[in-house]
Amino acid sequence: MVNQTQQDIPAIEMKHIVKKFGDFAANDDINLDVKAGEIHALLGENGAGKSTLMNILSGLLQPTSGEIFLRGQKITIKDPATAAKLGIGMVHQHFMLVDAFTVAENIILGAETTKGMSLDLKAAKQRIQELVDKYKLAVDPEALTADISVGQQQRVEILKTLYRQADVLIFDEPTAVLTPQEIQELIAIMKNLAAEGKAIILITHKLEEIRQAADRVTVIRAGKSYETFDAKNVSAVTLAEKMVGRKVSFTTEKKPAQVGKNILDIEHLTVQNAEGVTKVNDLSLDIHAGEIIGVAGIDGNGQTELVQAITGLTHIQSGKVTLDGKDITNKSPRKIIQSGTAHIPEDRLRHGLEVNMSLAYNMVIQNYYESPYAKMGVLQWKAIADHARKLVNQFDVKITSIEEPAGALSGGNQQKAVLARELSRKSKIVIAAQPTRGLDVGAIEYIHKQLVSQRDLGKAVLLVSFELDEILDLADKIAVISSGKIIGTVDAKETSKEELGLMMTGMSLQKARQELSATKAEAKQ
Amino acid sequence: MTQTNNKALIAVLSVVFGLVAGAIIMLIFGYNPFSGYGSLIATAFGTPQNIGEIFSQMTPLILTGLSFLVAQQAGFFNIGMSGQLYAAWVGSVWFALAFPQLPDFLIIIGATLFGVILGGISGLIPGYLRAKFGASEVIITIMLNYVILYLGNSAITSFPKAIRQTTDSTNQVGDHGSIAIKWLSDLTNQSSISAGIFIAVIVTILVWFIMKKTTFGFSIEAVGKNADAAKYAGINEKATQIWAMTLSGALAGLGGVTEGLGHYGNVFVQNSTPETGFNGMAVALLGSGSFIGVILAAALFSALTVGGSGMPNISGVPTELVSIVIALIIFFVGSSYLIQLLIKKIKAADAASAGSGKGPKGKKPKKTDQTEEAQA
Ligand SMILES: Nc1ncnc2c1ncn2[C@@H]1O[C@H](COP(=O)(O)OP(=O)(O)OP(=O)(O)O)[C@@H](O)[C@H]1O
Ligand SMILES: [Mg+2]
Repeated sequence: MVNQTQQDIPAIEMKHIVKKFGDFAANDDINLDVKAGEIHALLGENGAGKSTLMNILSGLLQPTSGEIFLRGQKITIKDPATAAKLGIGMVHQHFMLVDAFTVAENIILGAETTKGMSLDLKAAKQRIQELVDKYKLAVDPEALTADISVGQQQRVEILKTLYRQADVLIFDEPTAVLTPQEIQELIAIMKNLAAEGKAIILITHKLEEIRQAADRVTVIRAGKSYETFDAKNVSAVTLAEKMVGRKVSFTTEKKPAQVGKNILDIEHLTVQNAEGVTKVNDLSLDIHAGEIIGVAGIDGNGQTELVQAITGLTHIQSGKVTLDGKDITNKSPRKIIQSGTAHIPEDRLRHGLEVNMSLAYNMVIQNYYESPYAKMGVLQWKAIADHARKLVNQFDVKITSIEEPAGALSGGNQQKAVLARELSRKSKIVIAAQPTRGLDVGAIEYIHKQLVSQRDLGKAVLLVSFELDEILDLADKIAVISSGKIIGTVDAKETSKEELGLMMTGMSLQKARQELSATKAEAKQ
Repeated sequence: MTQTNNKALIAVLSVVFGLVAGAIIMLIFGYNPFSGYGSLIATAFGTPQNIGEIFSQMTPLILTGLSFLVAQQAGFFNIGMSGQLYAAWVGSVWFALAFPQLPDFLIIIGATLFGVILGGISGLIPGYLRAKFGASEVIITIMLNYVILYLGNSAITSFPKAIRQTTDSTNQVGDHGSIAIKWLSDLTNQSSISAGIFIAVIVTILVWFIMKKTTFGFSIEAVGKNADAAKYAGINEKATQIWAMTLSGALAGLGGVTEGLGHYGNVFVQNSTPETGFNGMAVALLGSGSFIGVILAAALFSALTVGGSGMPNISGVPTELVSIVIALIIFFVGSSYLIQLLIKKIKAADAASAGSGKGPKGKKPKKTDQTEEAQA
């Protein structure tokens, strides 16, 4: 039903947007236009100002200056409710759902249809079902939100915006928490929505997704819109180059591993979660100095519990963990830290950072009580601040002030801050869980180099990641985990994505190899 | 920065709204609000004795306010200050009366320590139960309030006759155990002011220092703000919670000590757990998490209470009105969301007029939205 004369008018046009935090301009004259029916990607380094721009569009933040047009009409978006009324919806990276509510209840929350004084849940459910069918958003409206997967929760967020009749949809790093399968489904959904005539804005650091999904890309560099171009037929290399302004390497160069003595020895480890379900099942693994062991597996196969058990965050039912000859089984987290572990946790907001405390305090969160950060129980602000400034510079963490709460950092910079803290601490082993989640390609390249140099310093590195590319690129040896067990360990140079993929489903190495050679033979015939 | 400013603004506006609402209530019931508030002020600050009373009433309010603040920093909602205070009140008076042979300063130090320890234990119990078993400190402290009330009352009635004045009140601790300061009492026409107010102010500074400048305060803040991240970082979150609640209880206890050795000079059977404990919560809320705020809020509530006592005689307004005003102030602080909305609206209107008049370089480029973003 697009009006002929309106066809060329962009659905959304943002002109000369400036957003200042104090003296710092997070958005510094950004121009963006998004057409109805297109998927428009925003590409930019961590801290470039993408989320800030989208928070302005969704009414969470007010621009310092600049204008916004909706189908040619100038608008002011004073809060998220106004944005919703104007048909602008945002799917946040951190979902804002009430666990105790059903899917349907979450969707209508805040936009309830009433019948007299009571909720008209029936009519609402019917509308939700229509949306589910129309956009193939497989999710059960009656299900309890706490019981559904992350991918489904995201669909609930999408349904929430559709239910409010959004025709501009913003996705801020929607794929960071999804499995490869779910990512493909999400891309299909977005394409469906665009085909409907909706304008889609997609923020992602994964270049492959841009190539698959986007029609056009706008690159943002340091708060300025730098270039807008067609996304079709652009290579990942070009995209990366345009984003960071230099050549980016997707593979990490590394020398052969100089494997030393055994650092971490895990024997017959068994761990149960809070519900009493066995998540790590009689698992054994050892990691030597000077090597990177990658743990590959599908999300939920015990990776989280394995890392938490080693670091003292969860109770070990049975088995033994030894760190450089010292028994650390069920020791306190502080004891384990002191014996020489550095841990980049998979959930930076829950474990990695005290988001409401200053960045400076966050940088000494494990050793704030030690000299020089404290003397006789009194904190030494100068030493703490100096340390934080040093790390911020060294690791290029973008922040306006080290006294700012860590929560004010952009997602990628939060991750860099955690890395800076963990890699700068004295340690024998670095345990890195999803270390590059939410990072831009430039930052990923940097982190990968750092992990390799940690290895070359003679540390043991345990890398847990859902990204097979990352594991294949970095690890010397790959241990495949499935249902809490190590299915097999392979040399990274002698395996392939396909082989790992099969093993991740629980198939032994031998069987996986047989299967692969059989399919290859078949293909040849 | 913006956050603290905003909170202070909310507190001030709450007080203004509370007073205005009180005036409206006076009007509705046919009193003249000007003469009502006039008599309140005249009473509060009219005589040296009343000024002394204000300081005297402030003392335990500051201490219970601090108590609440410390617990809150650790992520606890301490409703047990009333009981913690009463335990210390009974204990300190008993100590002061039971050892008359000791030198004066030892009586005072001993009684204070004994009271503070009792308060600390009363805080430790709910702290321990929550840290170890996840028991709700709200329910535990409410129940403990009753336990302590009845234990305290029966302790008083079973004290040796020699130290009791009547069946349900003790002797005055007298010169040996009192923390009254003679020249201050003389200056304020024998009001109940005591060294307690100085103790309260010094302890405020001390607690501020502990919370903001020491490693112990750091660990409390880390645990209170995100216990998971604290645990990850190697902080013993359970021990920290228990210690924080013990400190909280000890502070409320110190409030009880100043009641016993200062304000009243004795202890007597209570019908319900002392209100001062609950008022401390209101003080901490109005003080909006700041240490100076606690002192100011305690001063305001004391002045209102003391001043309110003079209203019926001078202007005919019943004293209950003061309770209503205090309750309204707390209501407004509690519904700070509404006030925040109002502030935002005003600011937005402000920004809009500045923006349209002066182009992109508005008058206030430094206004930031940092806090909203940080919390999001
Ligand atoms: N509330 C705030 N106060 C101060 N600075 C802020 C605030 N929010 C964002 N910033 C700063 O603005 C810059 C842009 O942040 P933004 O979150 O928009 O980045 P981004 O492009 O989304 O990055 P990422 O890819 O890492 O998520 C960052 O340097 C960040 O530190
Ligand atoms: Mg972002």
